[in-house]
Amino acid sequence: MVKTKALLIDITKCVGCRECTRACAKANDLPEEEAKELSATHYTVVQGYNDDSVFVRRLCMHCNQPTCVSACLVGAFTKTETGAVLYDESKCIGCRYCMQACPFEVPRYEWGSLTPRIQKCRMCHERVVAGGQTACADACMFGATVFGDRDALVTEARKRIDEAPGQYVDYIYGLREAGGTSVMFLSGIPFEQLGFPMNVPKEPIPELSWRVLSQIPKYTVAAGVMLFGIHWITARRNEVARFEAEAARARHDTDSTER
Amino acid sequence: MKFEGLLKVTFWKVIGVVLMAAGFFAAIQRYATGLGATTNLVDTFPWGLWIGFDILVGVGLAAGGFTIAATVYVFNLERFRPILRPTILTAFLGYVLVICGLMVDLGRPWAIWHAIIMWNPHSVMFEVAWCVMLYTTVLALEFSPVVLERFRLQRALKLIKMITIPLVVLGVILSTLHQSSLGSLFLIIPGRMHPLWYSNVIPFLFIISCVAAGLAMTIVESFLSSRAFGREVELPLLSDLARVVVVVLALYFTVRIQDLVSRDALQYVFQPSYQSALFLGEVVLGVVLPFFLLLSKKVRSNRNGLFYSASLVILGFIAHRMNTAITSMERWPDRIYVPSWQELAVTLGLAAFGFMAFAFVCRYFKVFGEEAHTHEGATAGEGTLGTLPLGVSAD
Repeated sequence: MVKTKALLIDITKCVGCRECTRACAKANDLPEEEAKELSATHYTVVQGYNDDSVFVRRLCMHCNQPTCVSACLVGAFTKTETGAVLYDESKCIGCRYCMQACPFEVPRYEWGSLTPRIQKCRMCHERVVAGGQTACADACMFGATVFGDRDALVTEARKRIDEAPGQYVDYIYGLREAGGTSVMFLSGIPFEQLGFPMNVPKEPIPELSWRVLSQIPKYTVAAGVMLFGIHWITARRNEVARFEAEAARARHDTDSTER
Repeated sequence: MKFEGLLKVTFWKVIGVVLMAAGFFAAIQRYATGLGATTNLVDTFPWGLWIGFDILVGVGLAAGGFTIAATVYVFNLERFRPILRPTILTAFLGYVLVICGLMVDLGRPWAIWHAIIMWNPHSVMFEVAWCVMLYTTVLALEFSPVVLERFRLQRALKLIKMITIPLVVLGVILSTLHQSSLGSLFLIIPGRMHPLWYSNVIPFLFIISCVAAGLAMTIVESFLSSRAFGREVELPLLSDLARVVVVVLALYFTVRIQDLVSRDALQYVFQPSYQSALFLGEVVLGVVLPFFLLLSKKVRSNRNGLFYSASLVILGFIAHRMNTAITSMERWPDRIYVPSWQELAVTLGLAAFGFMAFAFVCRYFKVFGEEAHTHEGATAGEGTLGTLPLGVSAD
C-alpha cells in the first residue's frame, strides 16, 4: 500500500518567482504564459496579495474524499492511491457538474473546443508513480512547495507552527477542509484575507448527497407498496359504490313492478 | 389524416416558426463553434439558462403528468380522465424538450449513452440521468394508447392496458425521485449558494413546488387548448385542481419559511439586496398571491381568475428554479451572468417547438374528449364536484 502523497505550500516562504508555474506548464505541455486565474491551460497560478508582498498558489486540492469523484455521473474522476485526483476524458459527457460541485472551484473547461475536456492539476501522477515528485515541488528553490507523504507533511506543518508561533497563523488549511486534502497551506496572515474559502465543510462533502441517495431503494419499495395499496382500496370502493347503485336500481325496479 | 390545415398561416404559427428557426440556427452555431463562442458560460459560472430553464423548469412543469395519472389510476378518481391525455402529452413533450436541451448543453453530447453503462450511484446526476431515461419511456408508454388507437393496433393496445397500473405506479415513483433529485443536485454545494436558496430540505422543496406547478400547468394548458381548438374548458375539474394547488402552495410556504427560520436565514429576506428582492418577488408574487387568489371561490370558479392565478403559480415556480440555479450563485459581484442571444434563442425555440408539437398531436390524435369511464355508482361514490379530488371526503 502506497502512502498518500501531498504538497505542503508555505505561503510565508513564497517569493512569487513563478518557477513552479513554468515547470508545471513544461511538464504538462501547456503554453508558458503567465495568468492570474486557473484555466484549461493553467493547472496552477501564483496570485499576489497585499501589493504583491504575499503570494498564494492555486491548484487542485486533491481532496481525500473528492466531491468531483462523487459528483461525476459516469465516474470520470478517480482518487488514486498516491493521492492524485485524475480525470478521464473518455468517460466524460460534459455536464460540468464537477465544476459546480468542487468546493474550491478548481475544474476548468475547454470552452473553445468542440470536444471539450475538464482540465486541472494531476499532481504529476506519472512522475509520482515512478518515484519522483511533482514538477512544481522540484522547481521551488525556496522550499515554499514541498512534496512528501501526507502524514509526514502534516507533522512538519504542525512543527513549523509550533516552532515559530508568531510567524504563522495557527491553522493548516487543507487538514480538515472537505474532510482533508492532499494539498495543504501554511500562512502568516489569516487565510480569509488570501481568498481561501473558509466556509468549506469540515467533513467529506460527498456525504451530503449520499445521505439522500442512499434512501432511494427504501423509498422506492415503500412508495410502491403504498401506491398499489391506495389503488386497491379506491378501486374496491368504486366497485362497492357501483354494486350498491345497481342494487338500489334493482330495488327501485321491483318496487315499481309491485306497484 | 388531413394535412391541409397545417399550412394555414396564423399569427401564432408564424411566431412559432420564427422562434424555432432562430433556435435551430443558434443550435447549429453552438455545434459548429462550441459552447464558449455561443454562450456566456465561463469557468466560474458553468451552468446557465439551459440548465436553469430548459432542464429544471422543463421537468418541473411536466409534473402534471404524474399527479393526474396518479389521480385517475391510483386514486381511481375517474372524473379527472378528460384531462389525463392532454396532461400526459404535456409531460411527454416536456421530457423530450429536456433531452433536446441537454443535447445542446452537454459538452460531449455524443457520449450521453455513457450513463447507461458507466455507473456512479454516489452521483445525484446519475440518479437524474436514469430518471430522465426511464420516465421518458414510461410517459411514452402512458401516451401510446392514443397512437395505438389511431392506427387501430388492438393487440398492442390490450397489452398496454394490462400494464397500465404498474406503469403509472412506476411513473409516480420515478417522477418523485426525479423532481427531488434535481433539488438534491444542489446539496453538494453548500458554500457556493446564497442562504436564501441553499438548504438541506431543497429536495423536498423541489418536489412540493413541482406538484403545484404541474397542476397549474394543467390548468393553463387546458385554457390555451380550449381557445386554440374551440373546446369547452372543464371548469369544475380545473377549479378542483386549483383547490389542491392552494393546499400544496400552503404546504410549500410553510416548509420554506420553517426552513429559513431553522437555518437562521430569515434575516437575509429583510436585508435590502438584489437577492432578497428576487426572493420576495418569487415568494410573494408566485406563492402568497396565487394562494390567496385561489383560496377565494369566486376566483376559482371564474375562467380568467383561474387562468391568471395558475399562471402566477407557474411564474413563481420558474422564478424559484431560476433563482436556485442562477441568482443564488451570483454571490460575488464579478459573477453576473446574462444569457447570450444563442442561449435565449435555443430556449425559446424549444418552447415554441413544444407548443407546436402539442397542437399538432391534438389535431391529429384523439387527445381531448376522452370520457370518464363512469358508472353511475362510481361518480356518486367519488363525492360531488367541489370536494377534494384526493377523495378525502368521499364515503
